[in-house]
Amino acid sequence: MFGEKALELIRELHRNREGTLAPYNEDGVRQVLEEMQALYEANQQDVSQLVQNESDQTSLTAVQIRHDSLQRNKRCLLAYLYNRLQKIRELRWEFGSVLPANVRSNMSPKEMEWFSKYNRTLANYMRSLGNGGLDLTQDMQPPQNVHIEVRCVEDRGELELDDGSKILLKKNSMHFLPRSQCEHLIRQGVLKQVT
Amino acid sequence: MDDTLNISGLSDDEEHLTSSQVLQQLEEIWMNERLSPNLMVCRSDITDCILEQIQEMEENISKAQKNELKVSLHQLEVDRIRYMLSSYLRCRLEKIEKYASSLIKEAADGDQSRLSPEEYTFARELTSGVEAHLMSSALRLMPKNLQSLNLQEYAPSLDRYVFLRVNSPEEGVIVDEETDQNNGDKIDFEVGAQHIMRYKPIEHFVESGVVSLL
Repeated sequence: MFGEKALELIRELHRNREGTLAPYNEDGVRQVLEEMQALYEANQQDVSQLVQNESDQTSLTAVQIRHDSLQRNKRCLLAYLYNRLQKIRELRWEFGSVLPANVRSNMSPKEMEWFSKYNRTLANYMRSLGNGGLDLTQDMQPPQNVHIEVRCVEDRGELELDDGSKILLKKNSMHFLPRSQCEHLIRQGVLKQVT
Repeated sequence: MDDTLNISGLSDDEEHLTSSQVLQQLEEIWMNERLSPNLMVCRSDITDCILEQIQEMEENISKAQKNELKVSLHQLEVDRIRYMLSSYLRCRLEKIEKYASSLIKEAADGDQSRLSPEEYTFARELTSGVEAHLMSSALRLMPKNLQSLNLQEYAPSLDRYVFLRVNSPEEGVIVDEETDQNNGDKIDFEVGAQHIMRYKPIEHFVESGVVSLL
């Protein structure tokens, strides 16, 4: 069946777990493109025959079906690529400008390129807000308290706070910190909020 | 010190609005933005004003003595305002990213632009990036007659229904333009009344503040 491989790509998107990115299916994309090329060539042939011999219209339906399959393949392929970009964008907001290695390794080189461009665009925008810029990736949750209690999940060495004091982030140690300073560490999974 | 730290003590002479009024407006546009299917007209007058005040307040706080109850209360207040502002701008960005192409087209068509200059730059860079990616990863390798790409078709649906509350009276609001106008499908907005309506016919009421979304 035509379009089967393209549908498989869409299914792959659907299966993708939250917070992760499935490997870029280069093979699948190539196969869809090959199928499209084959359909296109078959259509070219039939069309030129139709033009030559106008009394014989039997292949008209085949041309139409192939054409629809081509459109469908195109749409699925674009949806696959576009939704991956959306996913990468989501992860950018979650993890910050440096994505974890397991996500990076699943991106295609072209997606990497897009990602660094997106980063630049976003950074430019956030810098343009007000005088000193405003980091929109902070303050994702409505604040409850200025300070929150956190437990350290992994050894992370020293953390310097805005007021100049330093604290040692050791595994299983508990801290009482300003929320604005540890929000990104919580999202990275270094700290855990104790409620 | 109390006065310099207090947000309602700061006044904005340019617009003859007190800070608390500006804050109220921010709250209003924040709610509307989060609930409307379409991007609202940009209100950089409000956001710039709030940003300035946040910065001023933060300076005051850093000058003030640490470990004082008053300071931490003010800090929390600043955090809350910053959250509202960030959330508002984030919400706009999400919509802009989703409908970048159609928004750019709208701006180019000479309609009143919903985008601030910065947001326009953002939208343009973003679409060019997405288009380049789709082009180089797939479209370039497709048969010639299929290489076209039209992202502009992707526009928000204005037919969604929204909850709204009326702030100032308005008579003879047309509920549905497409149906026969003599058939009495006009309603009068009374202050405080709440309705569920299609977004499209009331879009300009949201912009002008006649109604707020709920």
